[in-house]
Amino acid sequence: MTSVNTPALPARAERMSQHRRRQMSDRAISQLFIWPTLILLILMNIFPLFYSLYLSFNDYSVIANEPAEWVALENYQEILANQRSRYWHNFIVTGRYAVLSVGLQIVIGFGLAMLLREKFRGSGLITTLILIPMMLSPVVVGLFWKLIFDPSKGIFNYLIYLDPRAGDQWLSNPTLGLWSIVIVDVWMWSPFVMLLVLSGLSAIPDYLYEAAAIDRASAWFQFRRITLPQVMPLLLIAVLFRTIEAFKAFDVVMGLTGGGPGDTTETVAVRLYSEAFLGKFNTGESSALAYIVLIIIIAISNLYIRALNRAREG
Amino acid sequence: MLKKSRSLLVLIAILMAMVIAPVSAAPAERQVTELKIFWAQWPPADYLQEIGNRYEAETGIKVTVIQEPWGSFYDKMSVEWAAQGDAYDMVVGDSQWLGQGAEQGHYVELTDFMVENDIIDTVTPATLKYYGEFPANSGRYWAYPTEGEAVGWAYRKDRFEDPEEMAAFEEQYGYPLAPPETFEQLRDIAEFFYRPDENVYGVGVYTQKDYDGMIMGYENVMFSWGVDWQDADNQVIGVVNSDRAVEALEFYKELYSFAPPGTNNAFYTEMNSVFVNGQATMVMNYFAFLPDLLNAEKNPYADVTGFFSGPTGPYGDRYVALGGQGMSVLNYISDERKQASLDFIKWFASDDVQQQWADVGGYTCNIGVLESEEFLSNTPYNRAFAESMTFVKDFWNIPVYGELLEPAQRYINAYVVGDVGTAKEALDGMAVEQHEILVDAGVIEE
Repeated sequence: MTSVNTPALPARAERMSQHRRRQMSDRAISQLFIWPTLILLILMNIFPLFYSLYLSFNDYSVIANEPAEWVALENYQEILANQRSRYWHNFIVTGRYAVLSVGLQIVIGFGLAMLLREKFRGSGLITTLILIPMMLSPVVVGLFWKLIFDPSKGIFNYLIYLDPRAGDQWLSNPTLGLWSIVIVDVWMWSPFVMLLVLSGLSAIPDYLYEAAAIDRASAWFQFRRITLPQVMPLLLIAVLFRTIEAFKAFDVVMGLTGGGPGDTTETVAVRLYSEAFLGKFNTGESSALAYIVLIIIIAISNLYIRALNRAREG
Repeated sequence: MLKKSRSLLVLIAILMAMVIAPVSAAPAERQVTELKIFWAQWPPADYLQEIGNRYEAETGIKVTVIQEPWGSFYDKMSVEWAAQGDAYDMVVGDSQWLGQGAEQGHYVELTDFMVENDIIDTVTPATLKYYGEFPANSGRYWAYPTEGEAVGWAYRKDRFEDPEEMAAFEEQYGYPLAPPETFEQLRDIAEFFYRPDENVYGVGVYTQKDYDGMIMGYENVMFSWGVDWQDADNQVIGVVNSDRAVEALEFYKELYSFAPPGTNNAFYTEMNSVFVNGQATMVMNYFAFLPDLLNAEKNPYADVTGFFSGPTGPYGDRYVALGGQGMSVLNYISDERKQASLDFIKWFASDDVQQQWADVGGYTCNIGVLESEEFLSNTPYNRAFAESMTFVKDFWNIPVYGELLEPAQRYINAYVVGDVGTAKEALDGMAVEQHEILVDAGVIEE
């Protein structure tokens, strides 16, 4: 037997060695998992990102059946320097909307969180009910608020005017139109701010308040020196998210006013849509506009993140 | 290690190729067994499917009408054009698309086909001009007029025929209350029935800002005031902002002042809504949306709903805004599919199929059918429709129509709905912007 088996040993060892070689290393397996994802990411995100950047320097319409024509910074110049193009108006509308909307959401969201901070009978149910608006589709919200604002059948005018039918038509009023969008956005997203602030409030240790109480600190002092600084990082995160969203405001605006009357409520996102689609298909110019919005959002985010870091350090 | 990575990449590439290959390598086209027609999602598309089923029964070639909601109809078609895709054989496209379809090579030219088969003489001249011809008056055709469409008017017969209302109206305005024949009469009736305290309003008019709703409403007044979108040289300044245009816009704003509240961004859906909820005494709407007003399940006033076609303006002009679509063959399909599509259009354009098309509910553009007593008496609004199709007018249909539309929508909506500035300022602003767009597009010189 021995004489028979002895020559087979090196062959077996060789086979095992080959088998080991055929087995994939950890690195190979990790690459096998990573590459499909990376390829998808490159195809679906990275390539469109850079391609749209390239298009932003071209005169190009996606449906024109004509090649893109390099125009360097002309699209950016058209947006930022040509008064007739009205883009600054869209930025001003968006900025006004963002400031009003985010500001009110912070105040109302914070107030709601303070009210719901103490647990009481039914507080869980009330919190859940308050959170419902942010779970709804913005398009649906836009459509039913359109009915709410309707002076002849909506409840809004009944609540704020003695004679509802003689009251303003909010959605067709150039001044009140933007306010109506702000009201809807605040109604929908204040609960989001409330949720973040509530989580911040629940993380504040009780001993801080106990120590302050022993020192006979006033409620305002406790709020200013304990509550606000402790909640500030989460509040800034809420501001960051809501500001980014405000700059992208589209569905509620389209549902309520379509950007009208005229262009009084036309935000940058609505303008972007009308330039990129709706019979115009100015692909090059709309790509440039999208990049300008991206740069603004990145800049604002950086400011907030710096403030956030300072709040955390301080 | 480098070798391993390379072999891994090759493996991934092979796997991806295996996934992509079945998609890109379609089987060679031999015989056409199915025709796909792309159209917006609305009742006429269902009617076309019904006609298509008859074609299948006759020829064995299946016809599928692929419907897309109105909101994304143009976007989806544009994406298909951009990709030069062959997902559809034909499209029943908007009249404004003709310029793009023709100039950018998306549509097959149908001139020879329509002339050789005597199709051009079977449809009304106005529908052939606006649904099929590009450039205007060129004699070149790109679409077969399929769904005739225009803006008509619905009214509450019970209010119009109420003896007390009739007497009060006649006393106030000096002539009997009846469906208006002129826009001045329409204004008087709208004013008469404007009673916010009773939740009753005079007239509902289009105001939608997003796309073309505002213009589709204003055009009815503008054209009937003798105003066009351009003169013979395609100039707009002094045309769209002429004195008559100013009068027309002021008149449209006045009509809006008699509209139910909440119609500040209103199009066809909202028009029917304010009519069926009893608020509006009259509404404008495309004929394709009027059948709903005769449906007692949808409209409690169905049995007292009447219809009339667009009234005459103060200078004797009478026009209505054109809607509707023509059927075009897409250029990116195989020759076999193009021929099969042409065969379908030839069959569809025949008099007897057009009669069937009208019978199932389609708004035919066929002269013979439109004039037949059978068609005219088929529904309460067919007579008004047939009449309207002889005096329709449309917006620009050149490739930059979308750019021309935007300032028009913006300025007119701001003035009518938002009460911003004066009619003259709104039209001047619109004219200057449209002029610049036309210069940039090379349609006119500076």
